[in-house]
Amino acid sequence: MIQRILIAGQGGQGALRIGQMIAYTAIQKGLETTWLPSYGAEMRGGTANCSVIVSDEEIACPMLTEADYCLVMNTPSFRKFKDMVVPGGMLVINSSMIAEKSDRQDIRTLYVPADAIADEVGNKRGVNMVMLGAYLALAGTVSLEAIYAYIDYSFQGRKAAFAEPNKELVKRGYDCARECV
Amino acid sequence: MAKVLMKGNEAMAEAAIQAGCQAFFGYPITPQSEIPEYFARELPKRGGLFLQAESELAAMNMVMGASASGARVMTSTSGPGYCLKLETLAAMTLTRLPAVVVVVMRSGPAFGTMKAAQEDYRMNGNGGYKVVTFAPSNLQEAAEMVYEAFDIADQYRNPVVVMADGMIGQMMEGVDYDKMPPKRTALPPKTWALHGRGARAGKKPQLLFLPDGMGHYGAKHYCETQLYPEIIRNETRVEITDVEDADIVLAAYGTAARMCKNVIRELQGTVRLGMIRPKTLWPFPYEAFEQIGPKCKAIVVPEINIIGQMIDDVRIASAGRWPAHHVGDSQNDFLTPNRIRDKVLAVWEGLQ
Repeated sequence: MIQRILIAGQGGQGALRIGQMIAYTAIQKGLETTWLPSYGAEMRGGTANCSVIVSDEEIACPMLTEADYCLVMNTPSFRKFKDMVVPGGMLVINSSMIAEKSDRQDIRTLYVPADAIADEVGNKRGVNMVMLGAYLALAGTVSLEAIYAYIDYSFQGRKAAFAEPNKELVKRGYDCARECV
Repeated sequence: MAKVLMKGNEAMAEAAIQAGCQAFFGYPITPQSEIPEYFARELPKRGGLFLQAESELAAMNMVMGASASGARVMTSTSGPGYCLKLETLAAMTLTRLPAVVVVVMRSGPAFGTMKAAQEDYRMNGNGGYKVVTFAPSNLQEAAEMVYEAFDIADQYRNPVVVMADGMIGQMMEGVDYDKMPPKRTALPPKTWALHGRGARAGKKPQLLFLPDGMGHYGAKHYCETQLYPEIIRNETRVEITDVEDADIVLAAYGTAARMCKNVIRELQGTVRLGMIRPKTLWPFPYEAFEQIGPKCKAIVVPEINIIGQMIDDVRIASAGRWPAHHVGDSQNDFLTPNRIRDKVLAVWEGLQ
């Protein structure tokens, strides 16, 4: 099993963070994993992306030239990365930010109104958690419970109050993807 | 301790602390800034000293001073800072002072861009000296190499460089600190260490720490005749894969070698590929190339840089037996597994 995941968005949307969360929970499950951030001439308002690989054997190259799962959170990311998805792969689009539709017939596409959902829950900055939830429902490599446990680990002490709202965002994304598939 | 997910830079800093690094002097530069950040956070808590200097040169001079006092000491930088550190690095080989220098490489020439690269291969020492230079290909190896580098530096009284490409510094991967290499025992005591005016017992401060009767500028250089041959014998490291019956051999280090593994898998059944992956850039594993079988027609040298640097050493090792082809970064495109594959196929077709 090898799963190649590309996550992209605008700088600040939290693309890199959810990639790390997938990697953290995968490694706890005993899987091999690599996380590689984009680096170079990135700028504010441009795209920030990361490549995550989860596998049950040794991972050779951490760089992605194609992806099984691609999560895009803004329009430049959508345009830049939609063609990296392999035939049969999955493209998850934040439809609150991306008005365009994918023209690819050879892949599965899911439109998640992540900003609208985050707004509803009352946490505008939690868009990435909604996208993460959608990924969990589709990919099945990492469980919802494992991510919940990681959220609890991340928010401790004074920050503990943020754990539940984040879990709710993940759950909403998860349910949204479940309904659509 | 089980495997933990860490960023490469942090993994190397943690390995250094576990190896007994007592002081770190550095200056921030992408893509290695998480190393000083980690030391700033962790080293004071664990009894060490962290100091951000005013420049790379100053940081390296502080490293030299701390080393002369007998401490285990480290610095880290990237290409533009590393060339400033070379002045003191050379002085430390002259005065035979141990230290560990981690270089997380970015693109060049000069300040280049912040893109991860392998542009500092040719800087593993300027003239008149050699330093053991490690080239990790994954984070476990990066941590192990930094850990062992302190022992090697102390054993030979010579600085050790760990040259990681930017991706090794920036990526995250599992690291298991239970698997660090064994500590070297019987390291020579640091009798040469300076401990201040009172402790000097009337001796003059030393400048050259060579064994008695050995001169740097004598009839034959001590390092050339004794120290470096000993290091070459003991510390040369390489991973060799399937070169005996390969049609084409790939020679690569660091992340470029990981890309090669993808290509070898993809081209199974098309071209028989072998690989030589130097884990030390100096001493370079020239002898590994003697294992290449008679079917080999060419060597392809993927490097994450614009002209090719290790390819020169590959040509020396090849001694004219095989042509060597560079594939690397171009103006618009970085090195990727696909570009290595295309190069291999082009070379292969040219041979038919």
